[in-house]
Amino acid sequence: MAQPARPPAAFRGQNGAGQQPYSNGPVQNQLMHSSDGQGYNPSAPGSYSHQMPAKVPPHQSSGQYNYSSSQIASQLNNYQGPGQILNRVAPPSGSPVQQAGSVPQVLPPAPQNSAASSAGGFGAAPPGLSSWPYGQAPASHPGGSQTSHLAHVAGTASIHPPSSLPGNSNPPGSYQYAASPGGPPLQNSYMKPASAPPPVTQPLPPLHLPRPPLGPPPVAGPPLIRPSTLTAAAAPPPSSSVPQSLLNSTANREGDAASTASDGSVVQNSYDAIEGGGLMATTHPSPATPNVNMGRNVGYSYPNLPPGYQNTSPGAPGLQAPALQYPDGSKPFHQPPLGPNHLTASMGTLSLQQEGLRPVNLLQERNILPTTILQAPVPNLHEDIQKLNCNPELFRCTLTNIPQTQALLNKAKLPLGLLLHPFKDLSQLPVVTSSTIVRCRSCRTYINPFVSFLDQRRWKCNLCYRVNDVPEEFMYNPVTRAYGEPHKRPEVQNATIEFMAPSEYMLRPPQPPVYLFVFDVSHNAIETGYLNTVCQTLLDNLDLLPGNTRTKIGFITFDSTIHFYSLQEGLSQPQMLIVSDIEDVFIPMPENLLVNLNENRELIQDLLKTLPQMFTKSLETQSALGPALQAAFKLMSPTGGRISVFQTQLPSLGMGALKSREEPNQRSNAKDIHLTPSTDFYKKLALDCSGQQVAVDLFLLSGQYSDLASLGCISRYSAGSVYYYQSYHHKHNPVQVEKLQKELKRYLTRKIGFEAVMRIRCTKGLSIHTFHGNFFVRSTDLLSLPNVNPDAGYAVQMAVEESLSDMQVVSFQSALLYTSSKGERRIRVHTMCLPVVATLSDVYLGADVQAITGLLANMAVDRSVSASLSDARDALVNAVIDSLAAYRSSVLSIQQPGLMAPRSLRLFPLYVLALLKQKAFQAGTSARLDERIFTMCQVKNQPLVYLMLMTHPNLYRVDNLSDEGALNINDKTIPQPPILQLSVEKLSRDGAYLMDAGSVMYLWVGKNCGQNFISQVLGVPNYGSVPQNMTHLPELETAESIRTTTFIAWLREQRPFFPILYIVKDESPLKSSFLQNMIEDRTESALSYYEFLLHIQQQVNK
Amino acid sequence: MESVVFIFSLIDCCALIFLAVYFIITLSDLECDYINARSCCSKLNKWVVPELVGHAIVTVLMLISLHWFIFLLNLPVATWNIYRFIMVPSGNMGVFDPTEIHNRGQLKSHMKEAMIKLGFHLLCFFMYLYRLVSQSAAR
Repeated sequence: MAQPARPPAAFRGQNGAGQQPYSNGPVQNQLMHSSDGQGYNPSAPGSYSHQMPAKVPPHQSSGQYNYSSSQIASQLNNYQGPGQILNRVAPPSGSPVQQAGSVPQVLPPAPQNSAASSAGGFGAAPPGLSSWPYGQAPASHPGGSQTSHLAHVAGTASIHPPSSLPGNSNPPGSYQYAASPGGPPLQNSYMKPASAPPPVTQPLPPLHLPRPPLGPPPVAGPPLIRPSTLTAAAAPPPSSSVPQSLLNSTANREGDAASTASDGSVVQNSYDAIEGGGLMATTHPSPATPNVNMGRNVGYSYPNLPPGYQNTSPGAPGLQAPALQYPDGSKPFHQPPLGPNHLTASMGTLSLQQEGLRPVNLLQERNILPTTILQAPVPNLHEDIQKLNCNPELFRCTLTNIPQTQALLNKAKLPLGLLLHPFKDLSQLPVVTSSTIVRCRSCRTYINPFVSFLDQRRWKCNLCYRVNDVPEEFMYNPVTRAYGEPHKRPEVQNATIEFMAPSEYMLRPPQPPVYLFVFDVSHNAIETGYLNTVCQTLLDNLDLLPGNTRTKIGFITFDSTIHFYSLQEGLSQPQMLIVSDIEDVFIPMPENLLVNLNENRELIQDLLKTLPQMFTKSLETQSALGPALQAAFKLMSPTGGRISVFQTQLPSLGMGALKSREEPNQRSNAKDIHLTPSTDFYKKLALDCSGQQVAVDLFLLSGQYSDLASLGCISRYSAGSVYYYQSYHHKHNPVQVEKLQKELKRYLTRKIGFEAVMRIRCTKGLSIHTFHGNFFVRSTDLLSLPNVNPDAGYAVQMAVEESLSDMQVVSFQSALLYTSSKGERRIRVHTMCLPVVATLSDVYLGADVQAITGLLANMAVDRSVSASLSDARDALVNAVIDSLAAYRSSVLSIQQPGLMAPRSLRLFPLYVLALLKQKAFQAGTSARLDERIFTMCQVKNQPLVYLMLMTHPNLYRVDNLSDEGALNINDKTIPQPPILQLSVEKLSRDGAYLMDAGSVMYLWVGKNCGQNFISQVLGVPNYGSVPQNMTHLPELETAESIRTTTFIAWLREQRPFFPILYIVKDESPLKSSFLQNMIEDRTESALSYYEFLLHIQQQVNK
Repeated sequence: MESVVFIFSLIDCCALIFLAVYFIITLSDLECDYINARSCCSKLNKWVVPELVGHAIVTVLMLISLHWFIFLLNLPVATWNIYRFIMVPSGNMGVFDPTEIHNRGQLKSHMKEAMIKLGFHLLCFFMYLYRLVSQSAAR
């Protein structure tokens, strides 16, 4: 079956397709096994070759720690303190500076796995993950080249005082990155290049180090020696570490260890105990006693194992030493049971688990919706590890208990995948500046809290299990200013961290922020009056655009021709250049179309003020969007940056012209609706843009059909975002104007990352096979994101390729490399750790119903596009049926009547029903095609929180808000009313209810609503005088009004878009859209929740 | 006459074999990240039509020269080639679409398809060779 390329053929039958609607991932692919090892370069012990000696000196010389423990993640933190160096390290002249867009061509030595071919279908998994990182640089230099590179830099270094920062007059080409190695003070403190050899030379296979179980071999003791530097830790003299490594561990040391390993781990009478359980209290031989006769070959010194290390695996390495083989797993040094919590589960946890296992009869329990916002389930990990785990808002997995095998996953009938929000605005984000970023040498994973330190000199990667060296530099902890505590470094204490990337992570000098605005100025566009709003908002926020002195800005307008604006210095007013040859677009002048924002501010402001008036008399109705985009692309391609396109109609001229495909009468005919693009022009252009690090954001303000399915491609594949304002008109639709203003302000001022790439890595054995979101998948696991913004979410589907049975936990890491608007190259890394389970009931126990729903929605969008909408709807329903049927047949021992669901999935049918009633997937005629497609774009691009809100709105009763249980933020009291079920039966005529549907809010006022509410909050005398189309609450001085408005303002603040508030009365026309969101109720075309449950029950019990 | 038909078929078949190998190599390059999706797909899409035409010619030739068995053998493959070419969605950049190829295991299925075609063309090659030889031996 080689068809999958042709979905229509493959999935023709609607029900047939439903049978395995969303296979939970690829079919397990036997052939892939062979290729796996290749993906992660062989990490077999034998290949362990240290390059330490070569490496150390350069690291040292260029090393500077500059760590600020919790900076606000604003763009300002490049100035990090007095010692900070402000200039960047220049790429050495000989280093390859490539166009960032070009594809890295340096190849890893991985053999081809061409033989791997899959069972096809939905289910094939990608080939072994490649092990090389973003640019070519790191990957292409095995071992020491990086070193020499740095050395070179160091040689030419000069330190610039902050004041010598290049002035703002830098032309783009001349970024001045003076090479400046680290701060001298540190440099001297522990640099000891020559002394490093001990860790280096071992021929020993890495894993055998933690040691000879019984009885010390005559000479070999050393690895376990715990010479103490820590007593003198504050400023560990470099010299002391050397002798330590030479210390001999003879009997006395051993005895010492045994007697002191008292921290509860099994007491070994050997070095193992030392490794596992040394205590600070132990009397350490002073570092000055060099005990010299120990063999060099075991040069790993343990300066000391500080408390964090102490509880290493209960099983004590010694016991496992012989068997301690490569996949054996991940036992982080600091945690006894890294694995699932079973062993340590307290009574409380146990009962909680049982609670979690207790099935819920959905037909009986009516009120399953929690009254507070549903939190993500907490992975069942030891609390110390869980404490370090990544925030679920950033990184979430559909199954917090990962099934051991693909077979188990298939049995559970739940999708396995991740939902990410990697660039979310964070209030606290540790930022590390260090010249070496510690990464696994084979899979390039960044060091993270879930790696295990075998000893102080080596750490084992938690993704590929390769043992790596801890670089000398990493031994120093800038936070505590202590030496010899690599496990206390911020990198190992934070699952979310940002690195300042050195020059190896640049393919070219970081680009300046460049913003290009492309406006539609055809007659239709001028009619809507959007240009006034946009120009005014832009004018107001010109100073807030993220950027620095290098920021550049430009403007293009188009109707049937393309207009450029020269903003040359010295001109008294902007000069318009018209290009009417739209078949072969060219840039009329090479410079001055994109100009420096700061130097030409007056001219730019001038232009923005006059622009709205310039075209008021235009009668041109044609729109040459395609050529305008081509021109914009040409203008931007030398630098990269962001293009914001404002379009109000179907493009009708030149390349990319489209024809109307919407036939209003056939909207209901789900089979014929056009969800696929009609041309590949926009996709191709988007890929060109992506290659040149240009992202295109589309603002569609259109009354008529504009074929968003085709136009949206331009943003989708260039990692832009789509905004849609249906029927925008400055007079007829004033609420849209406010929405545009607010959202545009957010859009203009939010953080932005340029020329970004993201890689998602996961523990060997898992693989990613499908990606969802706005980006281009450049190679198997590398997402190319010309721009990244804090409001974008991503999702991936995964498969279990190899059995994970010998692991207790698996980890996922996303690394986003981007250029900040200040011109710094940064890497934001998130790492998540999850337990592996072997039984189906555990899989269900850990299911995260929101994440599952989010992932299913993404999959359903793909399905609607590749097959049909009805197929996608069937697949959604089947996802519920299959999982509940599997639960019923495989987990429940007693067959009870009713519809049983695991507690974790009790909301699953409700959420899926909500998806079916959402605009993207609803059947029936009410959704316009563009609106439907826009909702699909949002499903793909929104982070999970907002997606869930759009799918299943929150309903609050607001006429009786009280301060009980209220939140207090910034001296404001924000009431927290309980969330109600979305059913009319919960509404009462004498109340007022707020429905928060993400991008829109409805305040429904009942007929007999309390007089108090109407007068105090709505500010009108009685129900009858509530205006029909009220969209704002008046600011009144009453307590009720303040409560309500602060509550609404608080809800609005939490999201990047601006929900319009509609006040709905019984007779208002919006009532139907309000009721449409009452998901549990029946609508003309969709089942009620109870009917839906009955339908599922029928199918499940079949 | 017969021999001319088979000589031509042999040459054509050789070309198709090379093409299949080229597909396999390029796809596996993509699999190993040696090239990116964009360049891989544009390379391959160029050869989709030549492959289709090349195979269609042999098929038609066999029909004309009344080699029913060989014609029927070739027919499904030729049909499949044409079908998948026709069924490319309008928004896609060809049979191989760089934005899709990494999703849902498309890469694997393309690879598998290329492998099967390689096998098929090899089979055909030997068959034509056999017929050619037996032709000339008979003469």
